[in-house]
Amino acid sequence: MIKATLTGQRLVAVFLLGCILVNYPVLSVFNPDATWGGIPVLYLYVFGVWAAVIALMAWIIER
Amino acid sequence: MTGSVIVAASFLYLAFLFAVAYFGDKRADAGRSLIASPTIYALSLAVYCTTWTYYGSVGRAASSGLGFAPIFLGPTLVVGLWWFVMLKMVRIGKTHRITSIADFIASRYGKSQLLGGLVTVIAVLGVIPYIALQLKAVSTSFTILTHYPAIVMPAKSETVPWLADTTLYIALMMAAFTILFGTRHLDATERHEGMVAAVAFESLVKLVIFVAVGLFVTFGLFDGFGDLFSRVAEDPSLRHLMSMGAGGNSFGSWFALTLLSMLAVMFLPRQFQVAVVENVNENHLRRAIWLFPLYLLLINIFVLPIALGGLIHFAGQGVDADTFVLTLPMASGHGWLALLVFIGGLSAATGMIIVETIALSTMVCNDLVMPVLLRYRWLALQGREDLSGLLLGIRRFAIVLILLLGYLYFRLAGEAHALVSIGLISFAAVAQFAPAMIGGMYWRGATRPGALAGLSGGFAIWLYTLLLPSFAKSGWLPIEFLQGGVLGTELLRPQELFGLQGLDPIAHSLFWSLFVNIGAYICVSLMRRPNAREAGQATLFVDVFKQSRPAGDAFWRGSARIGDLLPLIGRFIGPERARGAFADYARSRGVAEVEALPADAGLVHFAETTLAGAIGSASARVMVASVVQEEPLGLDEVMNILDEASQVRAYSKRLELKSRELEAATGELRSANERLQELDRLKDDFMSSVTHELRTPLTSIRAFSEMLLDDPRIDLTERKRFLGIIVSETERLTRLVNQVLDMAKIESGHADWHNGEVSLVEVIEQAVASTSQLFKDKDVVLTMDLPESVPIMLADRDRLVQVVLNLLSNAVKFVARGAGRVAIRLRETEEGLRVDVSDNGPGLTQQEQIVVFEKFRQGGNTMTDKPQGTGLGLPISRQIVEHYGGRLWVESVAGEGACFSFLLPCGKSTESTEEAG
Repeated sequence: MIKATLTGQRLVAVFLLGCILVNYPVLSVFNPDATWGGIPVLYLYVFGVWAAVIALMAWIIER
Repeated sequence: MTGSVIVAASFLYLAFLFAVAYFGDKRADAGRSLIASPTIYALSLAVYCTTWTYYGSVGRAASSGLGFAPIFLGPTLVVGLWWFVMLKMVRIGKTHRITSIADFIASRYGKSQLLGGLVTVIAVLGVIPYIALQLKAVSTSFTILTHYPAIVMPAKSETVPWLADTTLYIALMMAAFTILFGTRHLDATERHEGMVAAVAFESLVKLVIFVAVGLFVTFGLFDGFGDLFSRVAEDPSLRHLMSMGAGGNSFGSWFALTLLSMLAVMFLPRQFQVAVVENVNENHLRRAIWLFPLYLLLINIFVLPIALGGLIHFAGQGVDADTFVLTLPMASGHGWLALLVFIGGLSAATGMIIVETIALSTMVCNDLVMPVLLRYRWLALQGREDLSGLLLGIRRFAIVLILLLGYLYFRLAGEAHALVSIGLISFAAVAQFAPAMIGGMYWRGATRPGALAGLSGGFAIWLYTLLLPSFAKSGWLPIEFLQGGVLGTELLRPQELFGLQGLDPIAHSLFWSLFVNIGAYICVSLMRRPNAREAGQATLFVDVFKQSRPAGDAFWRGSARIGDLLPLIGRFIGPERARGAFADYARSRGVAEVEALPADAGLVHFAETTLAGAIGSASARVMVASVVQEEPLGLDEVMNILDEASQVRAYSKRLELKSRELEAATGELRSANERLQELDRLKDDFMSSVTHELRTPLTSIRAFSEMLLDDPRIDLTERKRFLGIIVSETERLTRLVNQVLDMAKIESGHADWHNGEVSLVEVIEQAVASTSQLFKDKDVVLTMDLPESVPIMLADRDRLVQVVLNLLSNAVKFVARGAGRVAIRLRETEEGLRVDVSDNGPGLTQQEQIVVFEKFRQGGNTMTDKPQGTGLGLPISRQIVEHYGGRLWVESVAGEGACFSFLLPCGKSTESTEEAG
């Protein structure tokens, strides 16, 4: 059995953080015209948060 | 490209997939599992990505920009909860041999056949649109590819006669393939290692091909992401896709879709199958928690580029965005890439259909058909020896039936919707399982009627607000249905129920169905206490991680015969396998023969669990109950068992606490005892030292007294000298006794301390005055280095004088007559007041520096020299200094003099002399 409940609690914290970051109202602050290297900032943000959440979970579990 | 080439390639690929599955099964039989790795487990979870992801996401992105993302963001986020929730589901599944989501819910609420049947109906009806989606995607992509190099959108299939429709043949082929995969033989654990290996492989295939197309579009047709997005930004008709809210993608639907996908990824029958039933090792879950969302991220990176690239490339040509993945390579003349894309899509569809229909067929067989057969054809079943063939037959029939239903839905309603919209209808259906599943794992008070009410209420709302409107939109129900509902009242409009407007149909249905579902589940559950069976199962599920929970056999009482149980199990899973299972069980109980097994509650529980693996827990309950004599347990008795368990738990906790306390106390006692023994030894040393020290002056007094008594002729000077010695020895004796008493008082803490305001300058001056005669006698120079004023301290003046006196007299004792130098110095430091008494005497060796502070040990060689002090001065001084929180030490190099120092801290209450005066 996986006993480390602390790891579990950290993952729940990541879940809560992620829910806030990719929902209203955070998503509404992005200007649709703003781009970064030609790529819309909104796209970059959503995929960035997506990757960051995965990286964070991997770090929590594998360290 | 001719149809035959495509068909040949498809069969080649499917044959290879089958080979993978066959190899996986062989390895599993040999005990060297192919799928025992977290990576394979994560890849098998990726059966979540079907043709919906493969073709449909691009279509969705082409109409709503980021609107495809919540379907994958939801699972990415919710895996954060899996450490607790999914682990518990897997553990429960393994403990109770759960074979499907229907089995899980039925088992939790008292092994209810009715509940299992209801869940099965919801699952089958709910998932059928999803299967239709796969059929539609495969048939569309097949039709388009056959026209290569021309790009022709397929005609509406309503115009094609049923028997000429390729989709029908695709459905039948899929059914045949699934039967080959999943129902070759009946497994007592319902696990399909070969199937999982094939699914993991197809996950890899679809990922690689989709990413390849993405790279081709982004870097082949366009000049990287930047170029692609800049061209979209320049096109006024496409620019809106770069903002939130494009194509009805409001924040409300964004949130609803995220929530929906969170629930779907846990409660879709196929996800439950791969995540719980097919799980080899709980620890695989650990790494899958981040590997699975990583897969989702990778397969979605190129969705937007393909969608936007397709929109630019096919502007105004009427190409369906759902087909961009296929048509973009075709339009640029890459026929082989297009064929690969078709294989990838076929792969995604096959994986989904195989796992989904196997999961559904298990449910249909165990929770729908078996209970009916058991009820109405009990006598007929009684006669047949081996039923495993019948079970397999039912499952194969169910697979064909489910795929045909999928095809039917495709014909009836599939054409009117985009791929994603069809899939979302299924998601909303399986979301209805969430309250009963999650509530069942964490809430003991939930009851069977509550679960029944919640599920049927939520399902009814789903049917009314999503499924029926999807028929109405395709023209199979009158369109007025959408306007006025069943009764023609506007309040009952299916997509604006009770006047709720402003939500898209999915969010609207999700809100109402979950509201009714959760509401009914909770309210009905609270109407009565759980009965005996519900309470027992609730404990087994909720407390699955607790060591001291009651075992599954605690809730059974009655009598059974091994001769009844063994044949019963044998009829369902085969006599040999049953005998093997019973023999293993006998070994684990330490019994040599199966026949010698005690027919107790443990055996009955084992038999029932084994049977549950084959026919589901509810049917297994009925079957076992038919061959054993049971005494039903009342609620009170169950409560007693639960109470007992919790009492034992509380009691053992108290015991643990007590034993920890005892251990701590023992440790304290041991160390106290050691200290006592040490003190006892010290006391003995002290006693022997004291008597020794007392005897020396006594001996000399007695010797001289006897001489004076015996010889009357001793002259006067000699007499005087003798008497002088006697007097000085007596004085020494008195001093010694006084100091021993003093020492004893200080050590025992009974000394009287007459604390008052003391200035160390005065103390030193007084001590120097008292010792001045000593210095004069020995012709030693004493230099004083005192500051004008120092902080006043609260201390016993006489004691401090005693300390300084002691150090000074020691110093003068050891320096040479005539050439001796002694210096006393007082300094105020950060730590407090420091007094140094240094001399130019013989100094102390390292060892002597330690022993001079021990009682009765003196500087110099006590064996040869005449002792000059009592040996208690320094120990007493050290005790006094330490009493005031200071310390006394010596620094010395042998042959170069010694420096005795002590440091006294100045407390806060002390004031400087200036301020005081």
